[in-house]
Amino acid sequence: MSAARLNEYQVVGRKLPSEQEPVPKLFRMRLFAPNDVVAKSRFWYFLKKLRKVKKAAGEIVSVNQIFEKRPEQIKNYGIWLRYDSRSGTHNMYKEYREMTRCEAVVSCYQDMAARHRARFRSVQIIRVAEVSDADVRRPYIKQLLTPKLAFPLPHRVIRAQKGNRALFSAKRPSTYY
Amino acid sequence: MLHQGSFQRQVEVGRLVLINYGKDSGKLAVIVDIVDHSRALIDGPTTGVSRQAFAYRRLTLTPFVIKDLPRAAGKTALAKALEKNDTIGAWNKTSWAQKLSGRVARAGLSDFDRFKLKKFKSQVKTIDMRKKERRAAVGPALAQLKKQQA
Repeated sequence: MSAARLNEYQVVGRKLPSEQEPVPKLFRMRLFAPNDVVAKSRFWYFLKKLRKVKKAAGEIVSVNQIFEKRPEQIKNYGIWLRYDSRSGTHNMYKEYREMTRCEAVVSCYQDMAARHRARFRSVQIIRVAEVSDADVRRPYIKQLLTPKLAFPLPHRVIRAQKGNRALFSAKRPSTYY
Repeated sequence: MLHQGSFQRQVEVGRLVLINYGKDSGKLAVIVDIVDHSRALIDGPTTGVSRQAFAYRRLTLTPFVIKDLPRAAGKTALAKALEKNDTIGAWNKTSWAQKLSGRVARAGLSDFDRFKLKKFKSQVKTIDMRKKERRAAVGPALAQLKKQQA
């Protein structure tokens, strides 16, 4: 599998120590970013919105990448997010079925772009949580949780590997299973 | 198995699939769990396919299903189930599998191999021809003998 588009990072930062505040409060955030440089940038972006701390008067204490505990297991993820549409700001809850938290967030960004034309800059992920089968709310995920799930694949064209793809074919493809 | 209309093969847990795209192209795997409408979790512990989510458009469903495979079965359980039913063996017996393996064997031939194959083929052909000639020469007489005996 190719490298993920987003990774999850834990970033810890604080205000620079001063005489009034020799031991400033630490702030911890779990962020989704393509690399640790962007993760640190996103940390300051969010912290500025939440607290009176900015990069010029602050420091990053640590950045760690968080890896998925069980990347070989399919899980349901609930994502709480906030996004700016053309006419206002909305909160949303969406569900995804993926192998990792990062994949769920990537498909969330794709989904927001597709359904709402919302770019990365106008979407803020608030919370990502694993949801047990019983707590799934959305019908589009619920339908995948039925026991003994089975469905056909109608009308398929088998694509040739990129190298040996021909422009013309003498035979019509058989698209039926 | 639940049949939907005239579709014979379905995406379901335990379905043996053939990968037709990517680095594992040509290998067999089993659907262990269903992610969504476009991807399934596949695994091939005995066929060299690692456990991964895989798009249906890069798979072909085969007619074989491992019956009663639990959802999200582990590697060892899956390997055991594959061995018990000899699913891979059953697949290897199909004309589809033989055609594929023949194609691979043919692609791996060297120039000299192809030459030998040509010679061998023409040999087989002449043997067949001789058999046919002999039958043509002896056949009618044999039939008459049989008639006389009857």
